[in-house]
Amino acid sequence: MEHPWLMGLLGGVLIGGASALLLLSIGRIFGVSGIVGGVLTPKNGDVVWRVGLLAGILTGGAILASFLPVAFDPHAIRSLGTTVVAGLLVGFGTQLGGGCTSGHGICGVSRLAPRSLVATAIFVATGMVAATLFHRLGQ
Amino acid sequence: MAKVAWAYLSGLLFALGLGVSGMTKPSKVIGFLDLSGAWDPSLQFVMIGAIAVYAVAFRLVLRRQRPVSAPAFQVPPRRAPDRRLALGAVIFGLGWGLGGYCPGPGLVGAATGNVAAMTFVASMVAGMFAFSIFQKGQVRILARSHANNSMAEGSRAN
Repeated sequence: MEHPWLMGLLGGVLIGGASALLLLSIGRIFGVSGIVGGVLTPKNGDVVWRVGLLAGILTGGAILASFLPVAFDPHAIRSLGTTVVAGLLVGFGTQLGGGCTSGHGICGVSRLAPRSLVATAIFVATGMVAATLFHRLGQ
Repeated sequence: MAKVAWAYLSGLLFALGLGVSGMTKPSKVIGFLDLSGAWDPSLQFVMIGAIAVYAVAFRLVLRRQRPVSAPAFQVPPRRAPDRRLALGAVIFGLGWGLGGYCPGPGLVGAATGNVAAMTFVASMVAGMFAFSIFQKGQVRILARSHANNSMAEGSRAN
């Protein structure tokens, strides 16, 4: 990871390309929280592609673990308790707000969808508030 | 079957992109979101790269009559933002900034057996179930107030 900006850009191109491939092939928006939500509360005929996509993400994780181990933190940066609270907030918030970093932040912002522009501005802002406050209060 | 294969391939490429970009490291995500320390702006380039590609690609793709392997595109209709959307984004952002994980990177990390990422995904799923219970409760309350209203209207009519 010598050039984090370049790796960021390259990774971003892959993320955007993968999202475009999903739209081109099966006509769906690449929103991870919505795809997971659709597996948890399944509707007839709308589950199998979601499971396939999630299996692809997990396979990608396994490939990264073997060939690019620096893609992961060697140690957890938060306590398990904090991680549980964070997960609950992410799960509830993404379902209430209809999307996360991928669906709103990338696909929606690219389409200049008003809802996604607003959601992305808000979650980046509150993400900064949470991360900054946690740092300040933890000192 | 082709549909599943396409979805699998898209998911795989997406995960590799997350790993290459560093989004799979909560330390890096927090370095971007935490404004009090040494700010790491490199994650901006992930968004720039992804949006640049998708902004061009979706316009080209939507010129087609239909997707390669499905009868129609399913793109959400343009609607105005509302309170629900805003509140959901507030809650999601707080969780993202607190833990450094959003859903995609959480799943990628969980696949490697990382305890923090597996904990995150398990509690994210719990939060999603909590939402569906909350939503069912809301629907029931709405239905009840609707029933009460129509009963009240009925008694007025009598």
